[in-house]
Amino acid sequence: MKIPILYNVRSMLQRPYSTALTALGIALVVAVFIGMLALANGFRVALARTGSNGNVLVLRKGADSELSSGVGRDVASMIAASPHVATGPDGRPLVSPEVYVLVPMGKVFDTTKMANVVVRGVSDQAWIVRSNVRVVDGQRPASGRAEICLGERLVARFPHTGIGQTMHFAGRDWTVTCHFTAAGSAFESEVWGENEQFMPVFRGDVFQSITFRLKDPAAFEDARRSLQDDKRMTVDAHRESEFYAQQSQLLGRILAILAWTITSIMAVGAVFGAVNTMYAAIAARQPEIAVLMTIGFKPGSVLTSFLAESGLIAAIGGIIGCLLALPINGLVTSTTNWASFSEIAFSFRVTPLLLLNGFLFAVVMGLIGGFFPAWRAARLRVVQALR
Amino acid sequence: MALVEIRDVYKSFQRDTQKIDVFTDLSLDIASGSFTALMGPSGSGKSTLLNLIAGLDKPTRGTVRVGGADVGAMSAGQLAAWRARNIGFVFQSFNLLPVLTAYQNVELPLLLTNLSKKDRAERVRLALDVVGLSDRADHYPRQLSGGQEQRTAIARAIVADPTLMLLDEPTGQLDAKSSQEVLTLLQRLNNEFNKTIVIVTHDAHAADRAKSVLHLEKGDLIEKAAVA
Repeated sequence: MKIPILYNVRSMLQRPYSTALTALGIALVVAVFIGMLALANGFRVALARTGSNGNVLVLRKGADSELSSGVGRDVASMIAASPHVATGPDGRPLVSPEVYVLVPMGKVFDTTKMANVVVRGVSDQAWIVRSNVRVVDGQRPASGRAEICLGERLVARFPHTGIGQTMHFAGRDWTVTCHFTAAGSAFESEVWGENEQFMPVFRGDVFQSITFRLKDPAAFEDARRSLQDDKRMTVDAHRESEFYAQQSQLLGRILAILAWTITSIMAVGAVFGAVNTMYAAIAARQPEIAVLMTIGFKPGSVLTSFLAESGLIAAIGGIIGCLLALPINGLVTSTTNWASFSEIAFSFRVTPLLLLNGFLFAVVMGLIGGFFPAWRAARLRVVQALR
Repeated sequence: MALVEIRDVYKSFQRDTQKIDVFTDLSLDIASGSFTALMGPSGSGKSTLLNLIAGLDKPTRGTVRVGGADVGAMSAGQLAAWRARNIGFVFQSFNLLPVLTAYQNVELPLLLTNLSKKDRAERVRLALDVVGLSDRADHYPRQLSGGQEQRTAIARAIVADPTLMLLDEPTGQLDAKSSQEVLTLLQRLNNEFNKTIVIVTHDAHAADRAKSVLHLEKGDLIEKAAVA
């Protein structure tokens, strides 16, 4: 049996200030670590939720974003006639040829700060094709009228977004008729209106993308092949979920790397804090260590005991860090999606896995910080320590 | 029969650039069941001898055998395991772990055995009973007097039923009354429980309780005296 953990716990309580300060140092690192990864996580999830597994997004061949794509009305008609397209309750194909434009808008808290907001012209079928979109306030824009519906995350961040208010862009006034949610996805940062209204004022008689619902989601490969092999059109077909997940990759990865880099630098400081605390603890307890070894506890037990003590302090820090990071869960922030250059608002997402990772990160910091002091304790010369 | 056999031991320390010879050629037997007092002035090598017997230090040359085991030839890990089974060590300054109760301090050596929690509890109660501290089991060292602390340390030393008890100035920090209590306890352990005891002391009264007294001076055994 090893040295009882009770010995370590009570020894920690004998020096509450240094234990608390070390734990706090680790807690701050863990909080920043979780916070930054929650940011990356939130961004990734917002885009991942944007796409549906049962939808196909069609772009011009070679286009890597909706912004750089263009497909004609003839293509939209051909796709609508595809046997792979699902039909709605009214028997019409669930296809939404869409206009996709970025419009610079001033933010509500500082109108000189411009953000590129996605303005998406959709067909009336889009509200069915995008099953996660729900109108939560007002009525959907009526066909043939200059009306728009706003994603909920836009509402607080841009002026004139209330229902009945008028937004001005593309040389026209647009009346806000509704607000919608989309399960926290990037659609919630978009302005939606009728595609036929947007087409003439933006990019002429061309759509940027066509999204349709698959009759059989498992038949995506067949649908993709049939569209891409069709000589009448030059298009790429993407599974919508994969397309948006891919869009999040670059910035998501950069945010994650940034999180690891910043917290690694901070972690070095926290590890040194743990090293210092444990060296001081071991220096003060040399006679106790010598007694334990005289009684018959092996050097390995001493090493394990002090590693456990360091790990325990770090674990306390880890739990505090998790508690500090929890309140940021759900906080909304925004950034520019580097794949589409558009403003996207999303929530910090603190998940159980992230908390677990933060906790384990803390314990690892504690074990690294405690190793050399514990090693020194295990190699203590008993006779000298007893003098 | 000799429990401790020390043969031709040479031990030196390096202090800065100076080499200090503690023992140049020490040979000594300590019989099983004996109660031996090691006396001598400071620096004569008493504590060093105790440390060599306990395997806390190694001879520069020569052999130290306890119960037939060559202590100087064992690794740190082997020595720890051997000490746990064979040696009960008591220090001048008690050296109880301040964050553990008397009970928990006494239990420590038993954590190195395969005894169940129940059996450990029985042994700890018995050891505390032998030293007369059954009613202080839940006290922390700071709540005990010096004499009680030392008796707790003795309980810790005997709880695992070691072959040999080594005590380094066990009465050095105690008042006269507590010293007598501790010495009486040691005599009882030797007489009733047949424990082999080696005690380092400056105190002639303490030495008087031993069955034999060894005098060390500058590393040499200059006198062997049997106490009546």
